[in-house]
Amino acid sequence: MKKSVLFGALTVAGLTAGVAAAGTLDDVKARGKLNCGVTTGLVGFAAPDANGEWKGFDVAVCRAVAAAVLGDATAVEFVPTTGKTRFTALASGEIDMLARNTTWTFSRDVDLKFTFVGVNYYDGQGFMVPKALGVSSAKDLDGATVCIQTGTTTELNLADFFRSNNISYEPVPIETNAEAQQQYLSEACDVYTTDASGLASTRATFEAPDDHMLLPEIISKEPLGPLVRHGDNEWGDVVRWTLNALITAEELGVTSANMAEMGAGTNNPEINRLLGTEGTLGEMLGLNADWAMQALSVAGNYGEIFEQNIGESTPIGLARGLNAQWTDGGLLYSPPFR
Amino acid sequence: MSTLTDPPKGSFRLSTLVNDTRYRSYTFQFIALIVLVGVIAYLMSNLFSNLAAAGLNISYQFLGSPAGYDINQTLIEYNSQSTNRRAALVGILNTLLVAFLACITATILGVIAGILRLSNNWLVAKLMAFYVEIFRNIPVLIWIIIIFTIMIAVLPGPKAFRGDMPSASMVLDAVAFTNRGVYIPAPIWGAGSLIVVAVFIFSIIGCFAYRRYATNLLYDKGRLLPMGWPSAVILIIPVILTFFFMGKPIGLDYPALKGFNFSGGVKVGGPLIALWFALSIYTGAFIAENVRAGIQAISKGQSEAAGALGLRQGRIMKLVIMPQALRVIIPPLISQYLNITKNSSLAIAVGYADVTATLGGITLNQTGRAIECVLLLMLFYLTISLSISAIMNVYNNSVKLKER
Amino acid sequence: MSDTSAAFVRTEPVPPSPPPSSAMGPVKWAKDNLFSTPFYIFLTFFATYVIYLILSNTLPWMLKGVWTTSSLAECREVLDGVSGGCFSILTERWNQLLFGFKYPADQYWRPALTFLFFFAAAAPVLFFKMPRKFLMFTGIFPFVAYYLIWGGSIWTPILVLVGLVFGYWVYRLLVSKSFAAGFFGGIVTAIIIWAVGDSLISDKANVGVFLQAVPSRDLGGFMLNMMLGVVCVSLSVPLGIALALGRQSNMPLIKWICVVFIEFIRGVPLITLLFVASVMLAYFFPPGTTTDLFLRVVIMITVFSGAYIAEVIRGGLAALPSGQYEAADSLGLDYAQAMRLIILPQALKISIPGIVNVAVGLFKDTTLVSVISMFDLIGMIRGPILAATEWNGVYWELLGFAAILFFVVCYGISQYSQWLERQLATDHQ
Repeated sequence: MKKSVLFGALTVAGLTAGVAAAGTLDDVKARGKLNCGVTTGLVGFAAPDANGEWKGFDVAVCRAVAAAVLGDATAVEFVPTTGKTRFTALASGEIDMLARNTTWTFSRDVDLKFTFVGVNYYDGQGFMVPKALGVSSAKDLDGATVCIQTGTTTELNLADFFRSNNISYEPVPIETNAEAQQQYLSEACDVYTTDASGLASTRATFEAPDDHMLLPEIISKEPLGPLVRHGDNEWGDVVRWTLNALITAEELGVTSANMAEMGAGTNNPEINRLLGTEGTLGEMLGLNADWAMQALSVAGNYGEIFEQNIGESTPIGLARGLNAQWTDGGLLYSPPFR
Repeated sequence: MSTLTDPPKGSFRLSTLVNDTRYRSYTFQFIALIVLVGVIAYLMSNLFSNLAAAGLNISYQFLGSPAGYDINQTLIEYNSQSTNRRAALVGILNTLLVAFLACITATILGVIAGILRLSNNWLVAKLMAFYVEIFRNIPVLIWIIIIFTIMIAVLPGPKAFRGDMPSASMVLDAVAFTNRGVYIPAPIWGAGSLIVVAVFIFSIIGCFAYRRYATNLLYDKGRLLPMGWPSAVILIIPVILTFFFMGKPIGLDYPALKGFNFSGGVKVGGPLIALWFALSIYTGAFIAENVRAGIQAISKGQSEAAGALGLRQGRIMKLVIMPQALRVIIPPLISQYLNITKNSSLAIAVGYADVTATLGGITLNQTGRAIECVLLLMLFYLTISLSISAIMNVYNNSVKLKER
Repeated sequence: MSDTSAAFVRTEPVPPSPPPSSAMGPVKWAKDNLFSTPFYIFLTFFATYVIYLILSNTLPWMLKGVWTTSSLAECREVLDGVSGGCFSILTERWNQLLFGFKYPADQYWRPALTFLFFFAAAAPVLFFKMPRKFLMFTGIFPFVAYYLIWGGSIWTPILVLVGLVFGYWVYRLLVSKSFAAGFFGGIVTAIIIWAVGDSLISDKANVGVFLQAVPSRDLGGFMLNMMLGVVCVSLSVPLGIALALGRQSNMPLIKWICVVFIEFIRGVPLITLLFVASVMLAYFFPPGTTTDLFLRVVIMITVFSGAYIAEVIRGGLAALPSGQYEAADSLGLDYAQAMRLIILPQALKISIPGIVNVAVGLFKDTTLVSVISMFDLIGMIRGPILAATEWNGVYWELLGFAAILFFVVCYGISQYSQWLERQLATDHQ
């Protein structure tokens, strides 16, 4: 529904009738754009570059979904959200999906009524300290001042960790990652804690990254993944299987380089089903047959996206670790395309 | 307006409802009521159908469940297992604390700047005009961020106090200024300290009694007793005597560098200081303008007349100008206090745990109960504002010029 | 006294000799204004010291600033330990600071042109001596500005304009009979035209696109502050008038509604209203519709400043002598006529300085939208720019730039307000 501001205003006044709530998939198709909620700026995951172009790991998921649904990776409207606004933005329909390093928890799933469609990054909460502090374990942090991003699960994990280890700390709540950096670097806090991936991404932007280290303790499980509203299963399926397509493609060795070739048909029936040359998987989702091709053509499979945005060749330099394919001893395990 | 003749009975038409002044106001109010009820019903039905569609409900049960997060600056006992209600209470107290502190300092700053701006000293007057204009015309949010950044970037971290040749040291070995906050000595209340406090309270009462006695004596008999040093003596001597007599029951707990931070003493957190300071100088600029306007509103004849009676400059200000100027100054002053309280909600920008940051921030985020939290938050501020306005109305009525 | 033997008689008066140097010129001025009493001498020295402190810390920093590097590290290299500002962030990111990071760079001329038009449109409102004909341009400006900023189909603003013109025409036609008939007739006409026009153009939404459409989410930077300030102030004046009249009304129900509304809005901080806009308001719209954040924020800020302006106008209404009301009644004017022709013109004139003060306050408060993840000037600074790898650690240059921008605008408006107050002070001459 392409509506101008004015007619939005008229709608507010109740002068034009409200549009009946159709499925999100139909809405997105009718609108021709995907509204995707992202963070306000975390380099590597989602951040606008100097030209205002959104780049990052979460952004790539949004683009893949847009490409699968609309066939156009640029048909995405990125809506920056804070920890506070993200859930309401999704619940109120302002965004169609949220890909903002959001942890899958019981209460968010059940109480807040969201559907997590999968995990695109297995993370855990870590601590970063200056090397000069001479700390080698998080258990040595008794009495330390800790910077945390407020509104995240890290705040609760932190309280639990210090409480269960019976040591004290002083929390310094901070709204954005940029301010956390500022405070941490000027030593207004001894420790900065957030998801280990976020720490790595933050450290990469420092002038002297080597003066800082991550402590070995990972104090929580943080499965980060995209989420959609409860109750719209068709849409949830589209996002879920787009993510799975990226993961499966890596498992099956489909890359952006050999995709065109494989798209012509291979001996492996699963690849054929994935790429739409065999079976009617796309139709079942309500999409074109080449939906997965489109999603993969944006930036390649999961592994390629990982390498481009946060992998070891980037300044962020994250190892695959838990996020390797199950065949390589990681946790990534997509259900089969059948 | 009144109609000259009553319209004949029995000729009721629909237009009578609008055109007849006896019914018109009822008609309009009835229409307004219908529209109001309609709008509210419309919004509520939207709200409930939206909530139903999202599978949510309105419930305040989260207030009783454990908050799960820690707060760095609390006035009352609090830990991460306390309830969300308690976290909100911590926030409310913190809001009131920073608002109270900022009101006091803003008043002091504002009165000084307002009077100095009227000073005959050209340089000082211009400097004060500069202060007022610079602070009034730049958003308070920018000031809060600037002052917080100054605090963080300019003051040393605790590390600077460490080592054999520390690059920073404590003032008088008692107060440490760090970028995490200011550490000041805390009193330790030993046995018998209550007596000292009680004596101190009695001294204050005694001091006031003496001043009243001296004033009455001046008015009744015309005898002038000295005011300054006797009050000081009454205030200080008995307390000091009791203090030593009881064997120094009140000690001081000095902050000392221990581990990562200073421990001991009282920590006044950096965010609190930044917010307090920013609100004070920002609002101080507005108060300065109110004070200046109040003083200028008193006609020059008043001070000339007082001068002709032989009063000295200080007494003219105190006895003639100020009592009249206060009547003009106080109402806008109180609305500035209201503004401080409302602006303290910007604490969120510096991470001070006021009620907007606890109830409207972390609790809202962690529980996802946006509607409930925002409503409670508005209710709190509304209560504060309405109570302050009520006080202001009482004051206004009490100082109103009694017209006969 | 007849003795005339004096050797010298002055026949003309002594020419006045110049006053001694201690009683004139700069010396006298300094003596009177700087060194008249010991306390003043102390104050003067103290003030000089304060000024010295401020200047000695900021001047070298400003003068030695670097304007041409592309990252902080490079800038620090150029500075080589000398204290100086890295103003190159301003030269590199000025476009983001002014227009936000999403507004298409080749379209910057559109907001810039709107900004120029804004002055032309505001001038006849601000300066009463200008010919009234220029008000025509002020009337058209909102539509021109809307189209320039948002672009898209040109039919949208044209349709709105046509609806308003016809509405006004009907109003003029009917107002001589009754104000209510004219008022509501005008509104109904406009709505009919909009509804008809909407159905005509909605399927041709892509017709007449002369300027690339820019979604309001892409607005940002100082432009967003300006737009929020201008839009909300102009919308809130009519709202404020309605609320003020309602509060003065002698119909208890209407009065009660207005009082509750005004006191409620004035009793809560703007930031909670912005929370309402960002996390609550969406629930109050019809299911299935979404309204963009910009519009929601405009609604809340308008409501906010409307309540404050209502109080200012109420002050203006209360300041009018009751003779004015009685005179209007005795002329046989009804309520709408009396308000329109007699009361409001005078009350508004008294209230203008107060309204301007509210406008300045509101303009400063538009920075609060950065708290709800809108990228206004402050949002840009605290968000994307500070997070950028190459500019990690630049604060003073950015915050100083923001402070200067706001100071220039707010100081300008407040000077205008004082000038206006002098112009309007016609009663004490």
